[in-house]
Amino acid sequence: MTQAQAQLGASAEDWRKDFPILDQSVSGHALVYLDSAASAQQPQSVIDAVARYHQEDHANVHRGVHTLSHRATEAYEGARDKIRGFINASSRTEIVLTSGTTESINLVAQSFCRPRVGPGDKVLITHLEHHANIVPWQLVCEQTGAELVVAPIDDDGQLELEALRALLTDDVFILAMGHVSNALGTVNPVKEIIAEARQRDIPVLIDGAQGVPHMPIDVQDLDCDFYAFSGHKMFGPTGTGVLYARESLLDAMPPYQGGGDMILEVSFDGTIYNELPYKFEAGTPNISGVIGVGAAVDYLQSIGMERVAASEQVLHDYMVESLSEIDGMRLIGTAGNKTSVQSFLLDDIHSHDLGTILDHQGVAIRTGHHCAMPVMTRFGISGTARASVALYNNLDDVDRLVEALRKAQQIFA
Amino acid sequence: MNQQSDDLRELYRELILDHARSPRHFGRLEHATHQAAGINPLCGDKLRLYLQVDADNRIEDTSFEGTGCAISVASASLLTDTIIGQPVDKAEAYFESITKRLTHGEPAELDQNLEKLRALDGVREFPSRVKCATLAWHALHSALNQQEEPATTE
Repeated sequence: MTQAQAQLGASAEDWRKDFPILDQSVSGHALVYLDSAASAQQPQSVIDAVARYHQEDHANVHRGVHTLSHRATEAYEGARDKIRGFINASSRTEIVLTSGTTESINLVAQSFCRPRVGPGDKVLITHLEHHANIVPWQLVCEQTGAELVVAPIDDDGQLELEALRALLTDDVFILAMGHVSNALGTVNPVKEIIAEARQRDIPVLIDGAQGVPHMPIDVQDLDCDFYAFSGHKMFGPTGTGVLYARESLLDAMPPYQGGGDMILEVSFDGTIYNELPYKFEAGTPNISGVIGVGAAVDYLQSIGMERVAASEQVLHDYMVESLSEIDGMRLIGTAGNKTSVQSFLLDDIHSHDLGTILDHQGVAIRTGHHCAMPVMTRFGISGTARASVALYNNLDDVDRLVEALRKAQQIFA
Repeated sequence: MNQQSDDLRELYRELILDHARSPRHFGRLEHATHQAAGINPLCGDKLRLYLQVDADNRIEDTSFEGTGCAISVASASLLTDTIIGQPVDKAEAYFESITKRLTHGEPAELDQNLEKLRALDGVREFPSRVKCATLAWHALHSALNQQEEPATTE
């Protein structure tokens, strides 16, 4: 047994069995799924919770007096409570349910930022961001005349902390940054940065889409103002997301969208908005999806995020080491603190070609710019191949990746 | 397993790899009369196709530049080889038959001049890669029709 195998233990193999989709062949080979950073697979318990809801409890929430509506509401609101506990928010009123990280960030950009900023104000982001944490801010800047400022990264794909500090000036209205880079896997020292922003009274939004699935998150300990994440990256259904926000900030923000459920009283003279968090949840929500996220939280808590993080770190380190041993390998993203993701280029083979050749050996990876074109530009490349591990991967998956890459080298030799 | 391997070999034929490694007519054309960009939004690949059309509506010269996967670069390179010296209306007809052949699998009658392009047929087994193979051809269509917007495969 190798050292990595010993460190990983038997737990990852047990967890893998919880994910039925992984037990299949693709192109005649056992599937190796290394694209969890794009979307993670769902454990049987999530699939069952969603199916059970559709089979037994479906009705609209917050509306009916009948039994099914009551059950649906209980399950939906129960999931909100689970999510609150999972990230340790102090109140369920601070958990706004959205369609995903993208909507969560747009909500903050439009409801928190847009009414309050103008020419002379700055919105600070970093060079590492996913497009979802760039474009909503560009829109606000176009709408208000505020200026978008970008904190630089170094050749390893790490934030240049001194430069970031220097950019935290009084005219910065908000700092929006990722917890973990989806393209490079860099884990940013967000707690430290939030503390420095707080000293200058600068609100901070953390894009936690790639953080939540891989490590324990405590929003009170982080002391951030907003934390946005998606259900489908944490083993829940697509079309679900969360915006954690401080209650005092949510109270002062106007609604993001108007419609049913977000009101207390409507007349043609005006409308009284509903209490938090419903003020920000217009229309019938993704009820089954949110129930699925609740089940995903149960699943992750039954394992414990500390164990998930420790197991994935072993896998990630093994992947980095194994990839490094291939001649012609260029790792993109070599930060000291990384999780889950490794981007790379092999010889001069285009990532798209690598993706096809790997798929033909049953190995699923992501290729291209990963919705982070500025990161690619920073490294002078158009895209990378990206492998990302989650709790259900094992060392054999990494070995299969390496083997498939060697085959690609043979084809292009 | 072998079938799968054969599909890959079919996709990455020697001719495709050769054109990908050493693309013909690569670079900018100084006196282009027509040009268009092709963008594949899926992967962010971009190429620009240049045409120099003479008074008799013949493609006197052509070139392309940009970055892309082996399939898109090889296809662009084969395109330039195919259309150089051809009348504009023939090039437009080539666009029609190649995109139909690769996108819809229609066994369009291939002009003798298009025989080489059979090398691209392998992409038909790879739906996600058809767009790579047709990108340059869409750019050709845009350039001939003097469209301002970059061609995309969407």
